[in-house]
Amino acid sequence: MITHAHADHLKPGSRSYLVSEPGRQIATERLPEGPVPRAIVYGEPLKLGDVTVSLHPAGHLLGSSQVRIETADSVWVATGDYKRASDPSCLPFELVACDVLVSEATFALPAYQWPETAEVIEEILTWWQDNAAQGVASVLFAYALGKAQRVLAELAPLTDQTIYLHGAVSRMTDIYRAAGVRLAATAAVPDEPAAYFKKALIIAPPSAAGSPWLRRFGDASHGMCSGWMRIRGDRRRRGVDRGFVLSDHADWPGLLATVRECGAKRVLLTHGHGEAFARYLRELGLDASAMSAPYGAEA
Amino acid sequence: MRRFAALYEELDTTNSTRAKVEAMARYFSSAPAADAAWAVYVLMGRRVKRSVGQSLLHAWLVEEAALPLWLVQETYGSVGDLAETIALLIAPKTAGRSEESLTEWFEARILPLRDLTPPEKRACVVAWWHRLSYRECFLVNKLLTGALRVGVSRSLVTRALAQALHLERGEVERSLIGEWQPSESFWQALSRNEAASLASHPYPFFLASPLAGPPEELGAREAWLAEWKWDGIRGQVVRRAAACTIWSRGEEVVTERFPEIVAAAAALPDGTVLDGEVVAWRDNRVLPFAHLQQRIGRLKLSPKILKEVPAGFIAYDLLERDSIDLRGIALADRRAALVALLAGSSTVLSLSPEIVAASWQDLAELRATARTLGVEGLMLKRWDSIYGVGRQRGAWWKWKIDPFVFDGVLLYAAPGNGRRSNLYTDYTFGVWDGKALVPVAKAYSGLDNQEIAELDRWIRAHTLEKFGIVRSVEPVHVFELAYEGIAKSKRHKSGIALRFPRMVRWRRDKPAGEADRLEDLQRVLETVVAGSEAAPSG
Repeated sequence: MITHAHADHLKPGSRSYLVSEPGRQIATERLPEGPVPRAIVYGEPLKLGDVTVSLHPAGHLLGSSQVRIETADSVWVATGDYKRASDPSCLPFELVACDVLVSEATFALPAYQWPETAEVIEEILTWWQDNAAQGVASVLFAYALGKAQRVLAELAPLTDQTIYLHGAVSRMTDIYRAAGVRLAATAAVPDEPAAYFKKALIIAPPSAAGSPWLRRFGDASHGMCSGWMRIRGDRRRRGVDRGFVLSDHADWPGLLATVRECGAKRVLLTHGHGEAFARYLRELGLDASAMSAPYGAEA
Repeated sequence: MRRFAALYEELDTTNSTRAKVEAMARYFSSAPAADAAWAVYVLMGRRVKRSVGQSLLHAWLVEEAALPLWLVQETYGSVGDLAETIALLIAPKTAGRSEESLTEWFEARILPLRDLTPPEKRACVVAWWHRLSYRECFLVNKLLTGALRVGVSRSLVTRALAQALHLERGEVERSLIGEWQPSESFWQALSRNEAASLASHPYPFFLASPLAGPPEELGAREAWLAEWKWDGIRGQVVRRAAACTIWSRGEEVVTERFPEIVAAAAALPDGTVLDGEVVAWRDNRVLPFAHLQQRIGRLKLSPKILKEVPAGFIAYDLLERDSIDLRGIALADRRAALVALLAGSSTVLSLSPEIVAASWQDLAELRATARTLGVEGLMLKRWDSIYGVGRQRGAWWKWKIDPFVFDGVLLYAAPGNGRRSNLYTDYTFGVWDGKALVPVAKAYSGLDNQEIAELDRWIRAHTLEKFGIVRSVEPVHVFELAYEGIAKSKRHKSGIALRFPRMVRWRRDKPAGEADRLEDLQRVLETVVAGSEAAPSG
């Protein structure tokens, strides 16, 4: 059962895959060698042996899911990656009551508290406009799946300019658009001289940072959208000019709220600062521990 | 503060040197005089005397954040910067802007903290934390604790000042060296190029660059003066208005630490400035740097230490004679004047001798003996060079001897600061003492980003124990470390202290058992001590 199609959560090699209906296209694309994943709609119960499973929106990206597993005596929920902030490119996180919660803890330190999305989008827009006024291209690094489309969806009502996309971003953007998500106008980066991009916004995956591909834009300002940008040292280490604090994960208050609201008596934590979060929850009187999950390196 | 916060933001959100200089020049041209002076002060990395220590701020943070101590520590370890951690955990999401100017922040808020009792200090500082926005809270904490560290070097600041004030960079450097108080009047004097009028004012130091290639590339041997590179503290002796001031290369007045040099300098004519090296000096010989460190570290000089570690000044340049600035004339002429000036002076104030060697080959052979002579290598200076400002490549080279090396085992790791926050980059290495590993060196530099990332992942996965933010790790990884000097130390468990240790390479081929032993380092120490007995006389 696949919560979402980021490389650390979807790996080839299984005989069959189950995903949410809105996530099918993306998962299919990310499993070029097959098999074709099977999809179920959110909330639809499915009997698997002795348990009943269902998928519920996680708000991480289009088609991302939490997995609810009901046995004879208890309900488990695995959140996968999730966020509590609103996102026009996917369904919002659904709070699912459970006895045992398996939650991600990527940003589980109190330093990670996200600003309002609208504020961050405003910062991106202002940065782009300032660069354009100075005749400098704006290159924004964002994960090719999820973050890039979230930014495009946020920008849709605010600009009618065409935003240029790196090849890795284009394919996923097409899938979002086909799924009916309203996005700002986009085009593949055309083969033009640097002067052509003086007022342009270009979205590229973080892996493009520092690559020769960027040279075509001449003098450019580099920005990055990520929760890691909350910490100055992280931003400076990546060598980008601007960091925009925009994450598709839950922040500290979001993680805490989810643990409290779902009613779980036992919490297991994966990723990031799982140990610290578990200790904090134990001090609040919950049965919590960090677990190591066989995830690969994060994208 | 709004204007300065905006400048900080501009500097912090660009990697372009040109954009940074432009931003600072715009600020200097438009800010009120006193603010501009304070901005120069902090951007250059100067700091006001600390009125609140890091540990107090940390304690108040724990109380105000309403989080368990361990979680604040874990967060601090991850963020890597206390000022930023405070801003992240305390500053309200919606906050008004500070209406006070940068000058008001310093003069009416931060400096007066010194005269308050601890509870009063706490009340003030904590109120700021809760009132200011994230960015301003971060900045005020930075100003409180000292260094701003926003990726501008001193030379970028002087470039921006020269641009804003329509002065030469050398003129700006001359004004900004030494001690000055940020104020409206200082800014005005700086703008009129009149700030360097104090009798004790030193000159900006001219710095040598490391020689990477073979010396033959420098051309004819005869065009270069060769001297020993003394193992002391670079300094200037300023003898003016019947007084003597000794400046360190760090632009601190160290006059009171070296009374014997002051006494010797009294014999110099008024209007003299010497550039040279302060060294530990006994029986006409230079002692290892560790001796000098005992002198530097002490506020009060006991008769005992004055007797055990006497100091001397080895002069290698004459910057001012008869109150005339000589920096614009050739080294050959300055040197001739220096030789004449020091003829017959006391041994405490001596001339750095010229090394006589006909060819580069002869010189290279002499350099090979440098270690046993207790010097750091050679200095090469073009005879026709003027005395410049800062590090200008081409005229002065330092041709240092190769460092000592040893293989150490990684024992502990702690997260770094700034751009290395969130990464385990501060390492402690040990060597074998019998069957146990004893820590001998801490090192931060020498690995590339990929190695740092790989080691960071390994450290997290192979932690044995956590002590606050420090982790002990399985002792398996061996690193080759270089260091510049070795001395006995009572403060270290190993009994030795290494000077400037850094990583040279990750010895993936070596098992931990093959790392160096404490005896190996002790042997090096003995050789060095024996060598210093044979040090050259100045």
